[in-house]
Amino acid sequence: MELLDKLNILADAAKYDAACTSSGLDRSGRPGTIGSTIVAGCCHSFSADGRCVTLLKVLQTNICVYDCQYCVNRRSNDVPRAAFTPEELCELTISFYRRNYIEGLFLSSAVIQSPDYTTELMVRTLRILREKHRFGGYIHAKAIPGADPLLTRRLGLLADRMSVNIELPSSPSLALLAPDKKKEAILTPMGQIRDGISESKREIAVYRHAPRFAPAGQSTQMIVGATPETDRHILTLTQALYDRYQLKRVFYSAYMPVSSSPLLPVAEGFKPPLLREHRLYQADWLLRYYHFRAEELLDEAQPDLDPRMDPKCCWALRHLEFFPVEVNRADYEALLRVPGLGVRSARRILRARRVGPLTFEGLKRLGVVLKRAQYFLTCSGRMMEGLRVSEDGLLRRMVALEAPALAEPMPEQLSLFDSAV
Amino acid sequence: MSWTQISCQYDGTYFGFLSCVFDCYVNREEPVEFHGPEDLCCSLYPLRTVVTDEEHARRVYRSFAKFGGEGRRLAVRTFLTCLPDKELWLWRFLRLGYAQGARVGQNLTDPTVDRVRKAVWHLEHEAHMYKGFTRFSDLDGVLVGEIEPKNRVLPLLQAHFCGRYPQERFALHDRTHHEALFHQPGPNGWAILPVEDFSPGPAGAEELACRKLWRTFYNTIAIEGRYNPKCRMTNMPKRYWAMMTEFQKDWDTALPEVKPKA
Ligand code: SF4
Repeated sequence: MELLDKLNILADAAKYDAACTSSGLDRSGRPGTIGSTIVAGCCHSFSADGRCVTLLKVLQTNICVYDCQYCVNRRSNDVPRAAFTPEELCELTISFYRRNYIEGLFLSSAVIQSPDYTTELMVRTLRILREKHRFGGYIHAKAIPGADPLLTRRLGLLADRMSVNIELPSSPSLALLAPDKKKEAILTPMGQIRDGISESKREIAVYRHAPRFAPAGQSTQMIVGATPETDRHILTLTQALYDRYQLKRVFYSAYMPVSSSPLLPVAEGFKPPLLREHRLYQADWLLRYYHFRAEELLDEAQPDLDPRMDPKCCWALRHLEFFPVEVNRADYEALLRVPGLGVRSARRILRARRVGPLTFEGLKRLGVVLKRAQYFLTCSGRMMEGLRVSEDGLLRRMVALEAPALAEPMPEQLSLFDSAV
Repeated sequence: MSWTQISCQYDGTYFGFLSCVFDCYVNREEPVEFHGPEDLCCSLYPLRTVVTDEEHARRVYRSFAKFGGEGRRLAVRTFLTCLPDKELWLWRFLRLGYAQGARVGQNLTDPTVDRVRKAVWHLEHEAHMYKGFTRFSDLDGVLVGEIEPKNRVLPLLQAHFCGRYPQERFALHDRTHHEALFHQPGPNGWAILPVEDFSPGPAGAEELACRKLWRTFYNTIAIEGRYNPKCRMTNMPKRYWAMMTEFQKDWDTALPEVKPKA
């Protein structure tokens, strides 16, 4: 088979994985090598669906012995199959990298023969890339659940970031749709990677040249909308993953109807829940950067995110007693809770108010967008001139502000800003 | 006592500009216009032609240390931006800096600081975009690329690309400002030089095959069910597309043809 055809098949098979970023690690190139990484990551292009293209995202092979219902590569699906040899894949990566098409390689794989065999193939690819080609660019590798811990460890020593996909947000769903995978089989490598990372950090603190294990950390992805879990369930799980497994990112992927399995939503007329995915990312953002907890955002009475507006707005409307926040006195945490104020705006406010008290005019000049924030702020004790709204007036305005954005197709998560905050 | 208002003519280089700053401070003159060497201008103000003096320029440059990290960055980078009348804004910023010291970088609500900061942000943003959107072609072992930036981004891209390709010989041409970054392996093996005419040879078979592979990958990776051209456009404005391999039909010249601007 021609390389071109293989690339076609194996990029197509990998495209549903959302977890594609090149961030979290700064490494400058050294003489005799090729490649560097930048902490914010770098988008080299954007595909027609608006997603950032940063890594050569392919599978080693799409030949699979498993039969996960939600997956295009499942054994029972009739699609063309291919496999890259390690050498081919390395050549491809290097020739793309030299031309500045990509930031590195995102290597995943279906399970060919066995998890061990698959992982060994991947290790061979990465070893050639790092040792023969002396490649210093970004490598994201997927751990294969069920592989020998030793092999997974070798993979992690060659990669910058590792991930294990949680796939579905609960064990019953997993049991139903991915009968070959157990929750434990996913969580075990996740725990192993976490321990590998922290151990390697400790060693590096003592000995600078200690081997680095996945220095850009670990991430995961789950499919949303294929199974009946609530947003509350998903966010609680996400929070637990951040707390217990120290993940860098959790990615959500709106289910695409790639299967006619009776266990899944009917493909005919199915709309992938892109808005829901978007709201989940916003809520995820609040967990990671805004010091919110999942139980503040959703509870039993309100188990799903409001599609009409962003989760921070929702929280604010339910906690009006917290507002208004005084721009010239509030601490960082309080500023972050104001709808419309981002991490960047909050930091700018802290900096600028050291020079003198801030007015609404001054806020505008700082680049603070007041559209939403104005209803929740005072400057030196005063509200924005001419602004007086009742509680339901406020709700209506917040909803109205979002409406134009909702008429459009959903924006994608930007990996550019992954670590900009 | 107020300073005499004058019109400043200089050679258009950064060192030239710094020499203007030096002379103006020595003579207590306030430039209200700046002109490049070719501008044949008539002006209401007395014209002062400043000769670039490296020693003076260096003294001014060193004085930026007073502005603190952020202030210094703005003082150095504003000159690379495409801000209209950038010299004048930069002059105002420097005067502010000498008056306020390290506070100038924090003074975000001041109109001059605001203007200069936004221009520098635009420059840095554009440079960041080009870190990703620049495309190289392999022409007989030398990597060659071209960009068409609004700001002079090459000085900001230099460390990035030299760090990325320490073993490569490469040339990155800025069509807008007629200069190019050249690199060869070895310590300090780089230079940014003015170029009159940049015309590399044709692309070979291997290069063409690689472009085809890339286009295949690019077209495959998009998920049809999520088609969102507007989002793509926001993240990657059209003006970058002309130079990018993924949007080219099979062209076999070294670099994409670019239509002359209307
Ligand atoms: S093991 Fe992976 S590739 Fe194979 S069917 Fe399951 S999800 Fe798909």
